[in-house]
Amino acid sequence: MEKKSSLSIKSIVAIGIGAALFFVLGRFVAIPSPVPNTTINIQYAILGVFGVIYGPIVGILVGFIGHTLIDLSWGSPWWSWIIASAVFGLIVGFARKKMDIESGEFGKKQVILFNVFQLVGHAVAWLAVAPVLDILIYNEPTEKLLAQGLWAGASNFITTAIVGTALLFAYAKTRIKAGSLKQEN
Amino acid sequence: MSAVLSYVEKDSFIHRLTGTAKLLFFVIWSIAAMITYDTRVLAGMFFTGVVFFILSGFKWKEVRFAVFFMAVLMGINLIGIFLFSPEQGVKIYGTRHELCHLFWRYSIVTEQLFYMFNFMMKYLVVIPVALLFIMATNPSEFAASLNKIGVSYRVGYAVAIALRYIPDVQRDYHEISQAQQARGVDLSRKDKTLERLKNSAAILFPLVLSSLQRIEFISNAMELRGFGKQKKRTWIMEKPFMKRDYAAVVFAFVTLAVSVLCMFNNGGRYFNPFL
Repeated sequence: MEKKSSLSIKSIVAIGIGAALFFVLGRFVAIPSPVPNTTINIQYAILGVFGVIYGPIVGILVGFIGHTLIDLSWGSPWWSWIIASAVFGLIVGFARKKMDIESGEFGKKQVILFNVFQLVGHAVAWLAVAPVLDILIYNEPTEKLLAQGLWAGASNFITTAIVGTALLFAYAKTRIKAGSLKQEN
Repeated sequence: MSAVLSYVEKDSFIHRLTGTAKLLFFVIWSIAAMITYDTRVLAGMFFTGVVFFILSGFKWKEVRFAVFFMAVLMGINLIGIFLFSPEQGVKIYGTRHELCHLFWRYSIVTEQLFYMFNFMMKYLVVIPVALLFIMATNPSEFAASLNKIGVSYRVGYAVAIALRYIPDVQRDYHEISQAQQARGVDLSRKDKTLERLKNSAAILFPLVLSSLQRIEFISNAMELRGFGKQKKRTWIMEKPFMKRDYAAVVFAFVTLAVSVLCMFNNGGRYFNPFL
């Protein structure tokens, strides 16, 4: 009579390792960006990759746990942005079923699918979720939040588009394509 | 990497509380701080938090860097608010007492200063409690605590895995970076930005792919040991709830209640001294 849990062992481990990667890349790795004194948030590319490979539940939890750990290691969490990270993970995770990266297929169609999902994810996270929560919690001025959201959303989108897509390419190559074995006559 | 806050082994009344009590206290305290915008409540909470921090026996030296970092963050936020909306306080409090005009649309308005002060306080009240939570909660106990407050033990275990593997991922990163440097990949500031970007990819790809492989290893090992067979599990680090734990949780709930009551009393989240 055991209920089938939605979280398989693999998902649990993926959440843990994903959050650890998200934390290490977000906290210690400063990848230079063309704009002086700013760094690229490479961790969102990782979050996108984990979402696509393991699905929305892993995505939401990697984003939530990873971002919370980063904030806690600095001192204090900023919940609205943590939740925005989680929402991005969730949305990009919905691409999993459509893409089927596990079978090693990553062509033009999959590239477009991934980038559409991650664009929607970043837009919802940084232009809707984060500002709305900041208004509810802190009542910050809308203009400031939109400027912040646009900046974060655009830079995260570009990073995910370049690094995330490239990482998925590399991952797909490590998978064995479905139907790659053919019977010889 | 000394700037990273982490658990510090000590014997204080905060350390003696169970992880569950600390987690609950932290979450409830954060919610209370999110709800209210009442200066009096915030001031009271800040004062209480600082007293707890002092009583816990942590030294200023240990948190100086973190506090400095958060101060910079707060400063940027406050400047941003002022630049984008110098009259936000007027909108909220409904009156306008101008102190002096600066230039163009910017002037110093009492309501704006008061709003920005409250905004800062909302962030400040969480800091002492958050610092205590981070520095006085044993990470090994954390998963048990999450499970106890109702989070599925699978998710709790995922958090435990994250905490367990952060040092490993860091070490991997370091090893890959050194291996690549031995092969002549330049990661220092000497190279051009575009070159450096390409070079950081030389670390990132092996790191991510080896992490994905590691997921397979760990999940196979857990599967073999029958993880997740039962609905419940026990935790070696779980501590029983004592009187002091109930006291801490009750205290947090009282704070939350005060914060909510003041909201009804003020007829809104704001305490308005300008009326």
